[in-house]
Parts: sequence; C-alpha cells; structure tokens
Amino acid sequence: MKTLFERANRYLNLPLDLGPRGILLVAALLLVPTYLLPLWKLTMFAPQYPDGLRLGIYSYKLEGGNAGQDIKEINVLNHYIGMKDLVAEDFTEFKWMPFVIGALALLLLRTAVLGKLATLVDIVVVFGYFAAFSLWSFGYKLYRYGHDLAPTAAVKVPPFMPPVFGHKKLANFEVYSYPAAGSYALAAVALLLAAALWLAWRESRAELASDGRMAG
Amino acid sequence: MRLSRKTLVTAAVAVALLVTALLVGRCAPSAPKGKGKAVAGSSDLAIAAQKTYVAPGDLDEYYMFASGGHSGQIYVYGLPSMRHLSTIPVYTPYPATGYGFDDESKAMLGNLTWGDAHHPALSETNGDYDGRWLFINDMNGRLARIDLRDFKTKQIYGPVPNISGNHASSFVTPNTEYALMGTRFSIPIPKGTPASIDKYASEYKGVIAGMKIDAKTGDISYGWEILMPPFDYDLGDAGKKLSDGWAFFTCYNSERATGKLEVTASQRDRDYIAAVNWKEAEKAIAAGQGDMIGGVKVLDPKKVPGIVYFLPCGKSPHGVDVAPDGKWIIGSGKLQGVTTAFNFEKIQTAIRNKDFTGDEDGIPVLKYESIKDAEVAVGLGPLHTQFGPDGFAYTSLFVDSAIAKWKLGTWEVVDKVPMSYSIGHLAAAEGDTVSPDGNYLVGLNKLSHGRHLSVGPSQPESSQLVDITEEKMKIIFDAFTEPEPHYAQIVKADKIKPIEVYPKEENKNPLAIWDLKDAGVTRSGSNVTAKVILVRSTISPTAIEVNRGDLVKVALTNIEQTTDELHGFGLLDYNINIVVDPGETKTVTFRADKPGVFPYYCTNFCSALHQEMQGYLIVK
Repeated sequence: MKTLFERANRYLNLPLDLGPRGILLVAALLLVPTYLLPLWKLTMFAPQYPDGLRLGIYSYKLEGGNAGQDIKEINVLNHYIGMKDLVAEDFTEFKWMPFVIGALALLLLRTAVLGKLATLVDIVVVFGYFAAFSLWSFGYKLYRYGHDLAPTAAVKVPPFMPPVFGHKKLANFEVYSYPAAGSYALAAVALLLAAALWLAWRESRAELASDGRMAG
Repeated sequence: MRLSRKTLVTAAVAVALLVTALLVGRCAPSAPKGKGKAVAGSSDLAIAAQKTYVAPGDLDEYYMFASGGHSGQIYVYGLPSMRHLSTIPVYTPYPATGYGFDDESKAMLGNLTWGDAHHPALSETNGDYDGRWLFINDMNGRLARIDLRDFKTKQIYGPVPNISGNHASSFVTPNTEYALMGTRFSIPIPKGTPASIDKYASEYKGVIAGMKIDAKTGDISYGWEILMPPFDYDLGDAGKKLSDGWAFFTCYNSERATGKLEVTASQRDRDYIAAVNWKEAEKAIAAGQGDMIGGVKVLDPKKVPGIVYFLPCGKSPHGVDVAPDGKWIIGSGKLQGVTTAFNFEKIQTAIRNKDFTGDEDGIPVLKYESIKDAEVAVGLGPLHTQFGPDGFAYTSLFVDSAIAKWKLGTWEVVDKVPMSYSIGHLAAAEGDTVSPDGNYLVGLNKLSHGRHLSVGPSQPESSQLVDITEEKMKIIFDAFTEPEPHYAQIVKADKIKPIEVYPKEENKNPLAIWDLKDAGVTRSGSNVTAKVILVRSTISPTAIEVNRGDLVKVALTNIEQTTDELHGFGLLDYNINIVVDPGETKTVTFRADKPGVFPYYCTNFCSALHQEMQGYLIVK
C-alpha cells in the first residue's frame, strides 16, 4: 500500500514537460473569450415573432437581442403567466462566475510556469467541478423560473421546465436553447486539459520507467 | 302571270322583315364600337396579374403618396399591388391615430378641422427625391410638412398672409429651398379688406409665393411673395437643372372676369404661365425690398423688375411640368387639343432681347412664337404631364379620358390608352424628378362608375395602374381610392427609411415617465396632472380622482419599445381619444366639468389582455 502511495506521489511530484505547459498556456488564453462571448443562447419563435426573440447568457450578464429590446419583450410576455422578470440582479452566478473563471486562468498560468502533475490534476478537478456546478446552477435557475409562477397570474399554466439543451414547444413559442461560443471555448479548455493530462501522464510514466531502469 | 294572294302576303311580310332588320342594324349600338378592344386577351391578363401580384408577406417596390383632397389626408399605397398601406392625417382629425385629439396636434390644426390637400411634394436633393419629408398644400393658405422618418405631420404653416385658395402648391425646388404657394381666388389684400366685385380687375390681387424650407430640420418659414394681377393661379412646378432658379405657375382668367367664370374666363385664346426668377426674388427679399402687406414683405414686379414674366399659353392652362433636363416647360391648355412645349433657352433669349408683346400690370409678356418649340396634338383636355426615363412624356387628357404618350423633341404622339374615367392627374414612378424611373404610371381618375361593386351614390375615385415598360401602355390594375386624390408621387421604396418605435432616449417630453413607480396624479390648485404609463396590459394608474372643475392634463407614455405595440386611451363621454406609439408621450388637457365616473380604456388592440386594459376617471 505504502509503495503505491509513494509511487503515486512520485508521479504527482514530477515537473511538467514543455508540451503540457504550452497546452495550459493556450487553455488560459481560451478563457479570455468567455468574457466577451455568450455562454448560452435561447431563441424563441412564435407566429407574431417571425424574427424570433433572443436571449444571450454571459458569465456576467444577460443580453437581449434587438439592442436589448427582446429581453423586455420576453418579460412582458412572461408576466402574463406569472413568471418572474429576468433581471441580472437575480443571477448570483454573475457575481462569482467571472471571478472563478479568472481564478481558473491564473491557476492555469501558475501550472504552466511552475507546474507539477499534481497542480494539473488540481486544475482538472476544479474545472470539472466548476463546469458541473455551473450547468446544474443554470438548469436549476431555469427550473425555478418555470416553477415559481405567481398564483395570481392572468394565464394559468402548469409549471414547466424550459429547455436547457435542445428544443421545446411552450404555448405558441418554439424555444431553442443551445450553448454558445463562450461555452465552446470552455469545452475547448476541457479538451485541452484532458490532452495535457494525458501527455503529462504518458511522459511521467516514461520518465519514471527510465529512472527505474537507471536505479536498477 | 297573276300572283296569288298568298304569294303577295308572303312577299309583303318578307319585305317588312327585311326593312325591320335593316332599321335595327342602323340603330345606335348598345355599346361603342371600340368597346371590347380594351379587354385584354387571356395571355395579357395573365401577364397583368403577374406584374401586379405581390405575394402575401412580400413587399411592394414603390410607395405612392396620394393627396386626399378635401379629406385633408394623405394616402399611402404600395405599388405595383396598389394596396392601401396607411393614411397620414394632415389637415383633418383622424380618430384612428388619435390625430387632432391630443394637445399638440389639436394646436397644430388650429381652428380648422378640414383642409383641401392637392399636391404632395417629396423633398429633393439635386432634383431627386431624398426621402426626408413630404410637403402638401391646403387651399386654406397653409402648407404642411410630414416627416418620412415616422410618417407623421410635424408642422402646419399658415394660413400664410395674402394667399387665397392655395392650389398652385406645394411643388418644391430642386434642393428643397422653397415650397411654392399661389392664389387661385384673387381677393383684395391684406385679407380683411372689403372691395366691391366691380373693382375686381384693379383692386383684387393674386399672389404667388415660395416658403422657405430649413435644410436641416425641414421647418417651413416665410420666404417671398410676389404681387400679381387678379388671375387664377392654378398649378406650378419648379425649374430643374437647366432651368433651376426658376418656377412656373399657370393661370386662367387672364380676362380678369367675374361672375360666371366658366364662360367669362374662357374668352381669350391664350392665358399665361408666370415664369418666376425665384433666386432674384430671394435676393430682393434679402435686400429688404418689398412692401409690407398683411405683415409680410411682398414684392411688386413694377418696383422689382426681372423677377417675373408671362409666357402666353393657350387656353386656360392647367398643369405646367418641367421636363427632366429642365429644358422644356410643358403647359397644357385644358380647353384645347394641344399641349405646348416652351424652350427655356428661348425664354432666356427673349427676356434678354426684350422680345415682349406687352405687359400685365408691369409684368412683361413674352412673344409666344419666340419661346415655344412645339404644340403637340395630344388630344382633348390635356391637364398634366409626367416623364419617363427615355425621353417620353405622358399627358393626361380629361375630356378624351385617356393618357397620351409622346416623345420630347420629335413631338410625336406614339400611343394612347383610355382611362376609366375622366383622368385628372397622373403620376409616373419618380416621374417629376431629374431621373424618372419609368416602369409604372398611375392615372388618378375622377369617375369610376361601373368599375366596382356599387357602394351607393357616394362613389370612390379610381386609380389605374399602367405598365409603361413597353412601347404600348397597358392598364394592369384598377384600384379605388377615397375622395379625392389629386396629385400623387411615386418613390422607390428603398429611399424611405422609417423607424418603427420611438427610441426611449429621444423622448424629451418633461412629463414622460418610464417606471410604474412614477405613475400617478399631482395637484397644484385646480390644475391636476396625471402621469400615465401604457404598457401591456395595464393603464397605470388604474384610477384617477379629480374634483369637478379641475383642469386635468393627462400625459400618456407608451413605454413599449416593441414594433406594433400601440396603445390607446379612450375616455368615454369626454370626447377624448388618444393613440400613443411605442416610446411616445402625448398629452391631453380638458376641464373635468361633468361629475361622475368615466371609464378609460385601451382603444388600440394590443394583447391577449387588451380588454382588461382599463381604468376610471372619478370626477367628484
């Protein structure tokens, strides 16, 4: 058992090679666009809205299509069924998300400079947790919007789950919900992390093997 | 040989039948012999249908702005579908848009609730429509500006002093420096001066004028007026390109007659076209010349020579239209069978050489033979002329009830198409600019009987769409219009770029509010101000309490920024009906003189809960 831990620690303490470090640098850079691009996009079409109503969700804000007008229109329509207004203040995510992405970027840079396999693993774990929590948080937010309907609403509809991913028909609206460029950047970061981890693991195995040979 | 009695009777009957048949054959036919020729063959019908069919959801190629005559409005059509798209109220209240009910438009209309609007004029840059504004005259001496950014009447200027019966208006100069005005019914001036009708020839005066247009804002202000003999100034047009700087006005009754004008004013073989050098008039006004009449400086041609000349034109001319290159001025004598083409260069030469045959109250009359290039035998009752891109001119013939197509320069009439019926004005696509489009021409007819389902004695007018892409003109659509289109202008759709909501940032009304928290009533003595928000589907506040006798000002802000989300405010029993567009604020002020409870509600259908958009005015 002890030898297993020792062996693992030896792996984890190995410094990263140039390849994984480069990859981590690129991954850090890829986090920059998440500040500029929406993470998710919701588009709603109805006969009266042939051009659609568009909602972009960023890491720190909501943005309506048609110079912000669409978000007002969505709120006007939602008030008939007693939905809460979509307002930035209700999204606690907007407060911590940019900070967390920034922290991730700093951690990536740190690992790229003085990284060991251990810190890379830390990042992979934190990133995975961040991604999973964000998705859950987004889904839960939508769930609450669709379920916390005012009992005094003019039009009573059964509580509903807005689509998180994909397409759904809600009353006269066709609603499409898909990740947007910001999320694709995050997905790319995830792939790069996986690649870095795999490379680092392969290299460390090779290194330990040669060490073993030298020791032997 | 002896004929039997039976044979004789048979022969007599046969002869009688033959004679009857011959007589019947000689009787007037039930329809004119030409009838039926105008009915197109099936392939022509299919082509016409294709050319005018704009599929559901598709957009038209052109806007047509048609004057509404004594309805005081402007009708907007799409071409080639001839669909009526919208009505722009100008001189008349229009409950459909609440025009004439809110404080601002009520003040603009003044004490007049009608106008007779004849000639729309799209603003121009270098002689071409620029899509900024639309001007239109009113017979009551007024001129209005419609902003084509929102298709709303923004200014009604006048009544302008001294102008009486403003018919020869609102033709604009090539860079919209001026819109023209003129007197059709000469009176003693200034207005308010009585004079016996016996003194018509000497004491009654005509006036022709140009009102200044601000190049940036389109604002109309006083420009210049010229004192004229007491003729009836009828139509006008501004010179362009070669003739830029000049304006032309036709007149009838150069006889200076009174009484039964249809006879007394139709005696002379030639009346006049007044040629005005407006750049000189502008200079004279700037130099402080002119006599103060009715509060404005009026130029007297006796004291300011060189600003106006008369071109003799037969007979009782109606329309005057300047060709695209500005070289020819086409004057149509409505009581004859020809239209006359005057050559602008020859007019200038005649003026330089003082080639005059006399004068009218000091205004030189040019020698007809020296200035005319041609008399074109277009047909009976020529009224107005429009132009195509290829040197063709199109003249409406009221008496002939037809349009004649003829060639500038060769003066050859190449085609005629009958109109149903009695055509007045005609409008070709951009057909009065320096670069006419061709393609379409609309005949604006005075009579329509039998061409539509009967609607009783008050018959609509008819507007017929004519295809002018080929050598032969073809009528391809009949449309029916409310009384009464006179002139219309047709402009390529992409030149007009309207907004569809009023951006919130542009709303500078001090009473505008955007947050429901701010909605409510404030009082200062017996003056009550209610700041009201209209948004789907509530009028906030939902109750307004005032005391009997209060002066109530209701400021309505539609805080929507969504296309098509108009809201109304109808207040029952108080004759109040306002419609507020998205982002707009309108105010209405009234004395709460009737006690009781009065419902107000949204009149303009807005949403699924439109019916619930209501409230109460409580007058205690």
